[in-house]
Amino acid sequence: MSVDKAKIARQFIQTIPHSKALGMEITALGDGMAEITMPYDERFIGDPKTGVIHGGAVSALMDTCGGAAVMSHPEAPAGTATIDLRIDYMRAATPGQAITARAEVYHITRSVAFVRATACDDDTSRPVATATGAFTVEGR
Amino acid sequence: MARKTPEPVQIVKQRRDAALRALVGGVPYITFMGISFDRRGDELTGILSFDEKLIGNPMLPAIHGGVTAAFLEVTAVISLSWAYIWEDFESGALDAEALAQGNLPRLPKTIDFTVDYLRSGLPRDAYARATITRAGRRYASVQAEAWQDNRDRPFAQATAHFLMPRPDQSND
Repeated sequence: MSVDKAKIARQFIQTIPHSKALGMEITALGDGMAEITMPYDERFIGDPKTGVIHGGAVSALMDTCGGAAVMSHPEAPAGTATIDLRIDYMRAATPGQAITARAEVYHITRSVAFVRATACDDDTSRPVATATGAFTVEGR
Repeated sequence: MARKTPEPVQIVKQRRDAALRALVGGVPYITFMGISFDRRGDELTGILSFDEKLIGNPMLPAIHGGVTAAFLEVTAVISLSWAYIWEDFESGALDAEALAQGNLPRLPKTIDFTVDYLRSGLPRDAYARATITRAGRRYASVQAEAWQDNRDRPFAQATAHFLMPRPDQSND
């Protein structure tokens, strides 16, 4: 991936209002792979009894990360939109810890990109959630 | 045998609205997202009030796919939990006062969640309703649909599976 493309994709993702609202930060990006981290925040709690982050915030992280991976792919010229996304929740994320998602485009055609993603907290040996999704390939 | 006199309308409404307020208000993320619920009898409609922070594509502009997924998931969890507690607070087994005081039932846990994006979410309010397709003792299946201007043109739909809280753990 050219430096320019990485820069453009990074800049675009950083201007997404909802990703900013959730405090997401890109930690790696390029060649159909993206890694984004989201800090723990009490406003994102889904279960008040345990302090565990809501699944919806994890979905938003997975979706952003999947889209970023598509945009960074050398064969995807422009933007992307999610066609579908399935998320499996393996365990509750540990309260107080950031969640990091890593997504990769494992296959791409002229019109569709197939993406896999995994989300972990500090214990990277046991994923919090995994996701698979199909994204559009736009602009060609 | 004489029929039991129906309760006054305001008593019924107050009890149900208090239970719903307690259930929804107890979850910080629902407040953060600006989601509220409209109630007609036992039927709930989720309302996502539009805000700039929900945008995912500033060029179009369109609502973030993650927001749409979250909105459907919130609607599914609340509708499912509501259906499970309905009988209990209607019969008095679950005290609406205690609910309002934060003595909430444990929420169902999402096992998996699949969302289909049918159209782009426009920068305006959205609505969602969930249907419980299977309500088992341990597992439940829920479908949800979200729309904006036109009820017959949903912009997203979801299917989800949930693990139900065990009754004996309801107060831990």
